[in-house]
Order: sequence, then C-alpha cells, then structure tokens
Amino acid sequence: MSRRPGFVLEVDKSTPPTLFWNGEGFTLETLPEGSRVIYAPEPMKALEDPYGAIRHALLHPVGDRDPLPALLRPGMKLTICFDDISLPLPQMEAPDIRQMVIETVLDMAAEAGVDDVVLVAALALHRRMTEPELRHALGDRVYDAFAPHGLLTQHDAEDPDNLIYLGQTDQGEDVEINKRAATSDLLVYVNINLVSMDGGHKSVATGLASYRSLRHHHNPQTMRHSRSFMDQPSSELHSSNWRLGRLIAESGVTVFQIETTLNNDTFPSNFAFLQKREWEWSLRDRATYGATSTALAKVPPRLSRQIFHSIRSPHALASVQAGEVEAVHALTTANVWAQQGVDVEGQTDILTMGLPYICPYNVNSIMNPILVACLGLGYFFNMYRGKPLVREGGVVIMRHPTRPEFHPGHHPSYIDFYEQVLTQTVDPTEMHKEFEESFATDPWYVHLYRTGHAYHGVHPFYMWYWCAHALAHVGRVIVVGGDAKAVRRLGFSPASSLNDALEIASDVVGPSPTLTHLHNPPILMADVH
Amino acid sequence: MAGSGLRGRVRTARFPLAAPSWPTTVERPDPERKVGLDYDHEWSRRYPVRLARAVVMDNVTRPVARLLAPPTVRGLEHLQHLDGPVIFAANHASHIDTPLLLTTLPVEFRHRTIVAAASDYFFDRTWKSVLWSFSLAAIPIERSKVNRKSADTAAELLEEGWSLVIFPEGGRSPDGWTQPFRGGAAYLARRTKRPVVPVYLHGTRHVLPKTPEPGTRAPGGSGSESSRGGRLRRSPIAVLFGAPMTPDEGENAHRFSDRVEAAVATLSREVHSDWWQARRAVSAVAPVAGAETAHRGPEAPDWRRAWALDQPPSRSRRAEWPD
Repeated sequence: MSRRPGFVLEVDKSTPPTLFWNGEGFTLETLPEGSRVIYAPEPMKALEDPYGAIRHALLHPVGDRDPLPALLRPGMKLTICFDDISLPLPQMEAPDIRQMVIETVLDMAAEAGVDDVVLVAALALHRRMTEPELRHALGDRVYDAFAPHGLLTQHDAEDPDNLIYLGQTDQGEDVEINKRAATSDLLVYVNINLVSMDGGHKSVATGLASYRSLRHHHNPQTMRHSRSFMDQPSSELHSSNWRLGRLIAESGVTVFQIETTLNNDTFPSNFAFLQKREWEWSLRDRATYGATSTALAKVPPRLSRQIFHSIRSPHALASVQAGEVEAVHALTTANVWAQQGVDVEGQTDILTMGLPYICPYNVNSIMNPILVACLGLGYFFNMYRGKPLVREGGVVIMRHPTRPEFHPGHHPSYIDFYEQVLTQTVDPTEMHKEFEESFATDPWYVHLYRTGHAYHGVHPFYMWYWCAHALAHVGRVIVVGGDAKAVRRLGFSPASSLNDALEIASDVVGPSPTLTHLHNPPILMADVH
Repeated sequence: MAGSGLRGRVRTARFPLAAPSWPTTVERPDPERKVGLDYDHEWSRRYPVRLARAVVMDNVTRPVARLLAPPTVRGLEHLQHLDGPVIFAANHASHIDTPLLLTTLPVEFRHRTIVAAASDYFFDRTWKSVLWSFSLAAIPIERSKVNRKSADTAAELLEEGWSLVIFPEGGRSPDGWTQPFRGGAAYLARRTKRPVVPVYLHGTRHVLPKTPEPGTRAPGGSGSESSRGGRLRRSPIAVLFGAPMTPDEGENAHRFSDRVEAAVATLSREVHSDWWQARRAVSAVAPVAGAETAHRGPEAPDWRRAWALDQPPSRSRRAEWPD
C-alpha cells in the first residue's frame, strides 16, 4: 500500500478520543465536535542501501562542487564537522546516520592519502557530548580512531585560540567561527535535517560560531520576524544565516555539505500506537497504551524519564545529497516537506498540542519549564508555512506536567534564569536588554560550558527568544496539567483539564471558537492557506 | 449485583478499553484481509495442529461419516505399496466428498494429506479459512485460471511429503455427471514426479446435494433435488481407488489429464459391475463405444441425464430396504 499523505480530521461524534503527549506519558482527550486534528503523512520508504546512497551522493554532488574524491589530496587539511546530540529526536537506532556518512567520507580520505583529519562536533552553545553519546553518533570505529589522539573535538564557542574572525556582513553581523574548520582546505559538514529550519548555511554559520556571531540572529528581533523558522523565505533567522554563510564562502572556506533527511518513523513497534490514527488502533495498540500509561503513572518521573530517553528511534535515511551548500539545501528542504508537509485550510482560534518528554536541548536530560515553553511556542507553534495555525490573538493550549525541575549539570544557567529573570519579566526584548549580557559573560557559566556538559549561560535566553514570535502573536497560552506555580512563572495560565482550558480560553476567543489539534508524533509541518 | 455491574461496565466501556469507533468524516478503507490465495495456512501443518486434527478426524469426523454415509471402499490395495506422497484425483459432486474421501484413506495417508480447495469459496472469509485449514488441512487453489502461487504451494507441499487431494473438475458437478478434467493434477504430477491415484466417489450427491444456483431451482418439486439442496441425508456411498498412474515419457499434462479422467471413468463403471467388466469395457482389443466418456452422461436433455444417473450401490440399498 502506498504511504498516505497528511490528513486533517474533522472531529465528530464517532471520533475516538485523541492522543496528547503529556511529558513522560500521554493521555487521551475528547475534543469538541467540529475540531480539527492534523495528522502527519506516513513514513517515506527508507533507502534500501544507505551506504550506497551516501557514496553515490558524494560522487555526484550538486551545485558548484567536484565529487568529494576530487577534492581530497595528500597533505591537505580536512575537517569533518557534524551535528550534535540535538538531532535526531529521539536518538536513532545504531548505526547513526552521522556514523554512516563519516565512515564513507573517511574511507575516501584514507584512499586519497589525507593525513590531517580532525572531527568537530558542531555544538554552537549547546552542551558538550559525552563519550557514550559520541560513540553512538559516530560509531566505535570512528571514535576509537580519532578521540584517543585528540582529533575528535567539540566546538568551543568560548575558546579565543580556536576562533577566527572572518568579517562583517552588509547588515553589520560579525562572523566568527571555528578556526580549525575555517582554515582547513576542505570543510565537510555532515548534517541531519529533521525540520526545514535545519541545515544549509545554518550548519556552519550557527553550529561553528561564537557568541559574538550568534547574537546577531539569536535575538528577539530576528526571532519575532521569522514567520516561521520553517518557512525559509519568511524567516529572518534563515536570511541572517544565509548572509553569514555567504560571507564564510567568500572568505575562502570551502564547504562540502552533506545533508540527510529521515523518514518520520519515530517510535519503535512497542510504541507504534503513538503515531497511529486513533480509530485505527488495534487491540495490541490499545493494550499497549493501557499498560504503558498505567505503568508510567505509577513510577516516579525520574524513572519514566530514563525509560523514554532510552528509546531509540527507528528513523531511517530517506534522502542524502551532497555538494555546494545552497544547492544541497534546496533538495533537502523539498525532501523534508515531502515527508512532513500537510495542507491545512485556514487558521484556528485555539491551537492545542501535547508536548513530549524531549526537545532538542534535553536529550538524556530534564525538560525544564523554559524548554517546555520553547518546544510549544518555539517549535510546534512555528511548524507552519504561510500563516500560523492559530490566528492572531488566538489561544495556544499545551499539555505538559511542566515541573520546575532542572538538570543542574546540563542547565545551570536555566535555574538562575528561572529564578532571577522570569520573576522580573517574561518579555524577550526586556530580558535581552537587561539580563542577557550578564548571563552570557558570566565566567562560571563559561567555565561549566567549556569544561563540563553545560549549555552556555545565554542559552535559556535563546530558548525564550524562540517563543518571541508566538508570544507576540497569541492572546493567551494555557498549560493543561502543569505545575501551576511554574506555569504562572512562565506567564501562562494553568488549567487542570482540557475543559477548564477551553473555559479559560473562551474569555479570549469567545464561546464558540474553532479548535485545531497538532497531532504529534510524528512531527509535521502545516502548509496553512 | 456484582455480575450485572461488571456486565454493565463491559457494555459501557469506552475507547481505549473498547475498540475505537470510526469518524464519519473519514472514508473507511477496505479492510486488508489476508484471505483467499494470500491466506497464510502454514500454521495448519504444525505438529500440535496436526495432532488436534487427527484427534478430531478419527474420533468425530470418521464415525459421523460412517454413520451418515456407510462406504463401500474398493482398491485400497493400490495404496499399500506406495512410498511417499501421491495425488488423489477424484470426481466431485458434493461438499461432503472431501471428508468422506479423507476418512476412507488408510491411516498412513489420512493424517498427511492436504486438500486443494477453491480459494474463492473456502477461503473468502477469515473464519472459513481457519475452519477448513484446521479441519481438512485445506490449502487455497485458484480454480478459474492458472495461478503460479497455487501451483508452487501445492508442489512444495508434495515435495515436503504431503499427499494432495484434488478435484480436477474444478468444482462440484451441477447435475451429478462428471465434468471434463482440468490439467492441474496432471501438471503437479509431472512437476513433482509423484503418482496420481484416480478416485471415483459414488453417491455422495445423495448425502449432500449441491444447492442449485439461484434461478435454476425447480418450482416446488417434492422430493426433487432442488427441494433438499444443501441438506444432509443419510445415504450409502462407494469410494473406488484406481491404480497409481505416472506420466509416460514425453506425455504432456493435457494428455496425462485425459488418461486420469479415463481411469476415473473406468472406476465409475465398476460400481455397477466389477473390475473385470469395467476393464473390458475400455479394453484396447474390444472397447465398448463411448466407455471412456460414459461418466459424463448422455448428450441429452437435463431430465434424461438426471434419469440416467446411477443408483446407490446394491449392498447399501439392502441395508436401507431390508427384506
């Protein structure tokens, strides 16, 4: 049977309750009649021979690039950069795509007699990856060949000795990136493109940049004018990264971009019900739902978190393309939309969403309240092209426990942001002016970022900036089932049930609003007409 | 009461405890049914299932069949020295043919024999597929056209040591006379190099007649076949096994199939005479005109064909009408 495209369901009397993520768990909610539920397209067929496809892409690049073997020669300086732990979500079953691509690149480099090869994890201001995480992403063969010799590195945005200033764009944006990468004869970037915002010039211009460079596009102004992040022509974040990327190219950095897309087969078979349409649940699906939701309700959050983070996704390689950055990314974006795009007619008064246990910034970690806001308003809200799913002045209802819990090792500055900044203001512009600098330059946060596994001190601000467009657009944000104090701290309204939330929302959107639910998983992108 | 409370709860159970309802705005696709030729019948040949089938066959089906249709069985000696699987090719007049034939097989064949059954009739529903796979070790066969999957499955099972019952007419006779044989049995014999044992089943149409097709039912004829179609009736039968046959060198499936059909015709003559008379009728030296196709009945109007159909064997008649 051919795969079914995305689908918008109109809820009627016969529609069974709809699945909502609820952090480390899930629940079924009965939506009002007439509501719409958006379901993602079914997974694309995986490439049958991924290694063969990767090799073919490297030998047949797109855009103004020679085949990779032609770019490799003895005595050259080669740097291979790769996306970090934030992709894909959840972590995929071994072998990871990065491992497959990098092994193929290294095979070609070895064949060409290239001796000077360094691998760089493109962290930007993310936390450093642990050894098990690196081994999972790269495979033992790559890790053991490079890490013991110091040739497997992680980008340090605070290391003045390994940053190079390349200049300023015509918009006054500073470009400062990883020195090793910028001074190599060839920079091979290995990307995993989960959503259309990923990849392209953003890979190098953001992933290998310093705070000095990142601040030009990771700010409330840029974020508010990215409508949406996923809609490249309408994204100021995209435009800024493209300006930076072109300046990097003009500075003589030769980038050989390798981009991959995944199908949306997100959860293994024992959680298959999560990504099925509820009326198609089999007896097994219902039994699994019942057993897991009951069990998860009885175990402490710490244990359920461990269970969920141990899940490995059966994501499979759906496409791979290589060559010049912009030509590659045009193909990649088309492939992402082919997998995730759903046509939706018109906006809605209320947008509902269940938020899962994971976002790009809490892999093997805790989903703290700031990340809850970022996932809901920064990511899910922005999963559109054309117009936002929810109308201006509408309401977003999110479901998540939103516990005020933080991972002290991974998110130290988040704790202070929650206690010191959010208690003063939830306005992105105001906090940008008042607080960002002090957090970004705090030597303790810098130390933890450089030597531990902490996100950069400025990172919680960026997460809040991701919400800037949604915060300016919607009339109210309601969190169902969340810790009331934490929800209020975020500036949102707590509700104990969906019905309560709809009651609260009626103050903003009237008594007979339209409602649209963004069904997740898997992720989807709405093409709103 | 606790019981009624539980029943009430079960009745009012909602999704996900109960199966989900289907939104009326969503078109319901045709269910993906693995029936017909796609039915996976491999389970029916696993040891526990074979054991259960043997228990049912020997302790339920066989005694009931003997009671319902006391058989006269001839020619079992042809099976005594056979080594390995064979293809039983029989005429077909009634649904009861298969269980009656299986229950008259010697024990060394009875529990190691599969039955080729029409996929469009016996495997068109899941419950039917399960029922016939279990009770008769049936496998689905495409009867309206040549199908590689059907042929491959049957050939593989023959090669694995399973004997096969097949009705080369491709369906039950509409009037009791034998229809021309199709080439499936002969093809499988050539392909697997296993012998064909011709079988003639006599009188089974009296036990369970074929229900006439809608529109062909005779108007209210008391005692006519139409009035009792599809109902079981006690009546004696005869099962005659012929000598195993193998294709001659260079003989194609079509010609071999004709020979098998002729062998069944010869067996049909034995019912009213004896082996010697039947053999003489098809003798190469002094053949009786039309003997090889006598089992197909006279070229005549329906009533004459019905009139000319033979009667149950005499031994059974004695039992039915004692002096």
